[in-house]
Amino acid sequence: MTFPAFPPERDPGPDFHELLVRMGLSPFEPRAPQAVPRTTSATPFEVPHGTTICAVRYKDGVIMAGDRRATAGSAIAHRTIEKVHPADSYSGVAIAGAAGPALEMVRLFQLQLEHYEKVEGQALSLEGKANQLAQMVRGNFAMALQGLVVVPLFAGYDLRRARGRIYTYDPTGGRYEEIDFHADGSGGRDARTTIKLGFKEDLPREEGVELLVRALWQAADEDSATGGPDAVRGIYPTVATITAEGFTRVPEPEVAAAFERVIATLSAAEVHREDDER
Amino acid sequence: MTMPFYVAPEQFMKDKADFARKNIARGRPLVATVYDRGVLICAENSSRSLHKVSEIYDRIAFAGVGKYNEFDQLRVSGVQAADLKGYQFSREDVDARSLANLYARYMGNVFTHEMKPLEVEILVAEVGPRTGEDQLFHILYDGTVVDEDRFTALGGESDAISGRMDRAYSAGWLVGDALKASVSALGGERHLGATELEVAVLERGNGRRAFRRIVEPELSALLGEASEPGGAGTGEAPEAAGQPQ
Repeated sequence: MTFPAFPPERDPGPDFHELLVRMGLSPFEPRAPQAVPRTTSATPFEVPHGTTICAVRYKDGVIMAGDRRATAGSAIAHRTIEKVHPADSYSGVAIAGAAGPALEMVRLFQLQLEHYEKVEGQALSLEGKANQLAQMVRGNFAMALQGLVVVPLFAGYDLRRARGRIYTYDPTGGRYEEIDFHADGSGGRDARTTIKLGFKEDLPREEGVELLVRALWQAADEDSATGGPDAVRGIYPTVATITAEGFTRVPEPEVAAAFERVIATLSAAEVHREDDER
Repeated sequence: MTMPFYVAPEQFMKDKADFARKNIARGRPLVATVYDRGVLICAENSSRSLHKVSEIYDRIAFAGVGKYNEFDQLRVSGVQAADLKGYQFSREDVDARSLANLYARYMGNVFTHEMKPLEVEILVAEVGPRTGEDQLFHILYDGTVVDEDRFTALGGESDAISGRMDRAYSAGWLVGDALKASVSALGGERHLGATELEVAVLERGNGRRAFRRIVEPELSALLGEASEPGGAGTGEAPEAAGQPQ
């Protein structure tokens, strides 16, 4: 262990990622745009990928959800991966894309926020946090070109504005604020459409949870890489709310109950049985 | 004609030590003690924003007296060292002892090799999993580490404060009693009010991050009527003060 004593002009200050860069430990490239490799071939091997994540604004803040499946090519790599993580007390980050770098990014992002809070004595603003994440995604750009894309979804409760906010990213580090909801990952389109059809202003918590669960169901129904509810093993998506009280996981029985309601209300056309035809 | 002059190493070191001690003694003191649920750190500090006591890591706190810019730089370096270690290894591997050693080495090095020693004394405290397993490391300007398991006083008049603490200390006391004793040990003849104090605890069972500042109105309550019989004196006064700051 070395004691990190920097001269003032070289001190990374509250920036943990910069500290890692100074110490030669950063898993992501320095922020300056790197020389991008000419060849943009995909990775020569399959790596686990996370799939569908979504978030919606509701009455008290935001709700985030993600399925639990990771796939490597056509194989299921993990059945119980967590894609929705607390970033700090008042924000959460969900991940889609290459699971390895994505989970590393989450870990680093959590540390980055806590490090800032400890060094500066106060937390970053929600927008500041969103920008920090954008810089990390941009740092991963060279890896993204090699096929290791990480696309996070960031949501949190803005204490200064007293409302939930949602930010989405593209692989180049582009950061976009969504107004009401968003979904990303391979099943993102289906999830997004489902949320779009069911969204209304000031959703109560229970309806919001149900809407996201329904979105994940629809995503799993159309996308083989997205895991549906697994009643056999008792695996359900991760759902969390972020409000003025902070980040809270929605208990699994509540998610399971929401699924039951969703399944009970599927339209006849959706569950058209094959043997009915015969 | 200039005379080549010789200063004996003893004299040189003594001068540096006197310089550091004199300037540290000018600052306001600070006292830390263990209590039933963790570690209490109480500083005389009228500033609401320039902290003497801060969080380093999940179970580790830092406190400094003396020259603010110097101990604040040490605090930031401590946060950096701890976060780096937790990132490279695991959060469980970050402990106060190794951090105290890092500080000691750095401060000893500055004392020996630099013209001017650091005019600070610092405290690295860690809350253990059980009562009696808390640790207090008091590090002096020259890198001397003193390991305490009951209480420690930093800064000017630390001997007198330690004497007063020694008379008041009782093992496993409650946060209210520990706070009142710390405040009267700090003040001596003087009465210190809540506005002149900076108080924080490392509290067992406070979740992953044990550090918590005790601010108004909880502070006044603890100084005044807390730890009354019946209240069990667990210091669980207003729950709102436990919110992350």
